[in-house]
Amino acid sequence: MKDVKSKNAAPGKQGGLNAEIQSRIGHQLRAMYDDVVRQGVPERFAELIRKLDATEPNPHVGTTGEQDDGRS
Amino acid sequence: MPLTESLRNDILAAVPSLRAFAISLSGNGDRADDLVQETLLRALANIDSFQPGSNLPAWLFTILRNLFRSDYRKRRREVEDAEGSYAKTLKTQPSQNAHLEFEEFRAALDKLPQDQREALILVGASGFSYEDAAAICGCAVGTIKSRVNRARSKLSALLYVEGAEDFGPDDTVRAVIGGSGG
Repeated sequence: MKDVKSKNAAPGKQGGLNAEIQSRIGHQLRAMYDDVVRQGVPERFAELIRKLDATEPNPHVGTTGEQDDGRS
Repeated sequence: MPLTESLRNDILAAVPSLRAFAISLSGNGDRADDLVQETLLRALANIDSFQPGSNLPAWLFTILRNLFRSDYRKRRREVEDAEGSYAKTLKTQPSQNAHLEFEEFRAALDKLPQDQREALILVGASGFSYEDAAAICGCAVGTIKSRVNRARSKLSALLYVEGAEDFGPDDTVRAVIGGSGG
């Protein structure tokens, strides 16, 4: 197990390193995420939302789990 | 509120970010799309409980996050090929270098504890405020801030400090590391 704390412990020594690295991490995280966002809405979901209507109770819902979402 | 045309459009508009969130959490494209589908079905079934004017994406993300966590508990023992499955979901394959860097990042992200990973994604990628992220995760704002900070420092240790010799960081990072080593 690597000891993260000891590497980051020196105060005042890593400000520049941190800023540079944090900016790279932020960039990579958003790049990964935005790759998927740019794929848009797959047809299966567009169709799902089109077909469902609140006035017709959907027989497929409510069968998935023991845990409620705390919203009802 | 009833499912109006405009609400339907808003839900549709949230789908790309829901997928990105699901894939970032699970690392698995097929499973992520199942999660999104389940989220949409739940949301539409419970649309009456959505408060008009409140944050629709946050509401949808909450549902997805809770589904993922209950699902995760069931599946935690399964071994998954997260990287390979994720790569298949990309429509355009990144270049070789970018791909390697991406795989390293993905692997490091997967090493974070669940709480930290979701907090980091919500704040750092989805663009939610700390307050919204706290509401989505059902915890205090201070808790989210601390999880995000710990996630960032752990990622930086995994990617740029611990593995500096192994991965061979690029010149910029090497210079910064060298410069700060004094």
